[in-house]
Amino acid sequence: MTAIATSGRRSALTRNRLPRYAPWASLAVGLIVGAALSTLVGFSLFGWGLFAAIVYTLVYVSWSGAVEGGRKARDKLATSLVIGAFIIVVLPLFSVIWTVLEGGIKGFLTPGFLNTSMNGVSGIQDNMSVNTGGRVLGGIYHAIIGTLLITLWATVISVPIGLLTSIYLVEYGEGRRLARAITLFVDVMTGIPSIVAGLFAAALFATIFGPGTETGFVASIALTVLMIPVVVRSSEEMLRIVPNELREAAYALGVRKWRTILMVVIPTAISGIASGITLAIARVIGETAPILLTAGFATKINFNVFSDWMASLPTYIYFQILNPASPSNPGPSIQRAWGAALVLIIFVMVLNLVARLVARIFAPKTGR
Amino acid sequence: MAKTLHETPSVTKGRDVTATQTKTPESPKELREMSSGRGAAGDRIFSGAALAAGVLILVALVAVAVFLVVQALPAFVAPQSQIANGQGFWPYIFPLVVGTVIAAAIALLIATPISIGVALFISHYAPRRLAQILGYVIDLLAAIPSVIFGAWGISFLAPALVPGYTWLSNALGWIPIFAGPPSATGKTLLTASIVLAVMVIPIITSVCREIFLQTPKLHEEAALALGATRWEMIRMTVLPFARPGIISAVMLGLGRALGETMAVALVLSSGPLIASLIRSGNQTIAAEIALNFPEASGLSLNTLIAAGLVLFLFTLAVNILARWVISRHKEFSGAN
Repeated sequence: MTAIATSGRRSALTRNRLPRYAPWASLAVGLIVGAALSTLVGFSLFGWGLFAAIVYTLVYVSWSGAVEGGRKARDKLATSLVIGAFIIVVLPLFSVIWTVLEGGIKGFLTPGFLNTSMNGVSGIQDNMSVNTGGRVLGGIYHAIIGTLLITLWATVISVPIGLLTSIYLVEYGEGRRLARAITLFVDVMTGIPSIVAGLFAAALFATIFGPGTETGFVASIALTVLMIPVVVRSSEEMLRIVPNELREAAYALGVRKWRTILMVVIPTAISGIASGITLAIARVIGETAPILLTAGFATKINFNVFSDWMASLPTYIYFQILNPASPSNPGPSIQRAWGAALVLIIFVMVLNLVARLVARIFAPKTGR
Repeated sequence: MAKTLHETPSVTKGRDVTATQTKTPESPKELREMSSGRGAAGDRIFSGAALAAGVLILVALVAVAVFLVVQALPAFVAPQSQIANGQGFWPYIFPLVVGTVIAAAIALLIATPISIGVALFISHYAPRRLAQILGYVIDLLAAIPSVIFGAWGISFLAPALVPGYTWLSNALGWIPIFAGPPSATGKTLLTASIVLAVMVIPIITSVCREIFLQTPKLHEEAALALGATRWEMIRMTVLPFARPGIISAVMLGLGRALGETMAVALVLSSGPLIASLIRSGNQTIAAEIALNFPEASGLSLNTLIAAGLVLFLFTLAVNILARWVISRHKEFSGAN
């Protein structure tokens, strides 16, 4: 839209337009006046940025309104607001990542953090490490094991169910009432709050095995409830974009339907399905509330999901912050919590990257 | 064989006939498969398994409802004087519901305009290459676990907001929601709502961006050709097209904000229901469950499960409302 105004000479087309330096001039005014205003109320970088943005918008928009008229001014106001919204979002999100990196790197690099558990680490050790300056004892090995096992079981249960359901919806159920009901229920399941999924698993096992049944497997069931709808939705989408010509070609060759699905449809969609499943894993691996309600609170290493309590990274972070091992010296617990948060974020990021790579590398070669 | 073909809606009737007529096997292997009964059995087993998986999902959701109701029932039928320190169930749950709704509402009030702005920035303002990277970053941020947002809220955001709260209570203290004295730690419902807003922004943004990108290019170009500015083009083509999609995105965010546990449990220093947002107090259902569940047993456990049931029904209602809104505007939108 600004392409018309490229010539330096002022023609009839470019008459009522702001000069090209207008945004920079407004920005300069904004920065200077913003600095002055923020000094008045007590200087801070945040206040400076805020005032500068407001003054910049006011100057730029009213200047444009005076020279170019109301429509252009409204357009510029919208542009400023959109960019402002973007900056507002970027700030806290970078702040989150920065806080995790800053707080987590120390705990992460402490020797033994990744391969010891919290067994036997209590307030006494923490007080000692604060008083003597020794290294912080205790680690997240048990929590990593717990997270991996609980997520693994949840994946093992929910992927076959989710994949078969999406196959039913796409290949068999077209237009049937049952398929519509399943689609509706999957939508409803997507909206289940994670803590309700945890309550469900807890209530289910309490009804069957008596109250107080808290194991890793109960947590897996809770995560399954959250994971199935994600798997169904993403696989369904992927199966639907497989061209019908492929199916028809297979049928025309006399291939049976189930073999067509297994040999033609799924291989075509496998990259999307795999990436969807990876994203689903990334979603549930960070779930805290359901595990909090179902897996208990463990400090020891436990490889058996079917008996005894199990720790996980998210609940580990939660308990370290909320119930520090030593209430008088919460520093070591906070350090461990941030270290665990860093590891958890790395898990999630790696899973997301893997999903992207899988989608790109194994994407079917289209002729187009 | 022919029957299965007939069931496939994608195969047109005419082609169907040719397909059945010309099923001459190419290789001996396929011939063997077609003549033996093995393939037919495979078909039955496979479709049966797919059907069973679908039915299992229905059963699972019904089971969620049934088990929650069964375990929650004692809280409803027991003498109300034994529940929640003699409060009774409804007086106990009411402040929690109000707290949940307030927290989610403030979060959405903050998140919705910002998310739409960011989605517009990515879809219509940023250069294409930058937009791709930004979309990826937003997706990545949607995946950050909630407990980490909670930890950030308690260690960074809450202390950072304390001066702001002091100023609010001095300047606007006459409004009940900003009544002082402000919390000295910043662990208030407003902080929790801001953390919730930061959490739902990536979700709303990524849905909105998808829908904005689906606006018919011809509509946009027609608007521009008529001399519309970029903002007028967005207002005339993008936003009307995306309205149901935006509503469903917001509802999705609302569902998330209502059920979000960890951020609130960590950030909010809870207490009874009060009007002021900048004093410690208030509580949400999900956080109440998370904080009390580990120590609960007997009737108090049933009470918490009953609270969970209320939350479940609440989010269910929100979701169904969202579906209804989308289905009403289905023809002309990118929401389906």
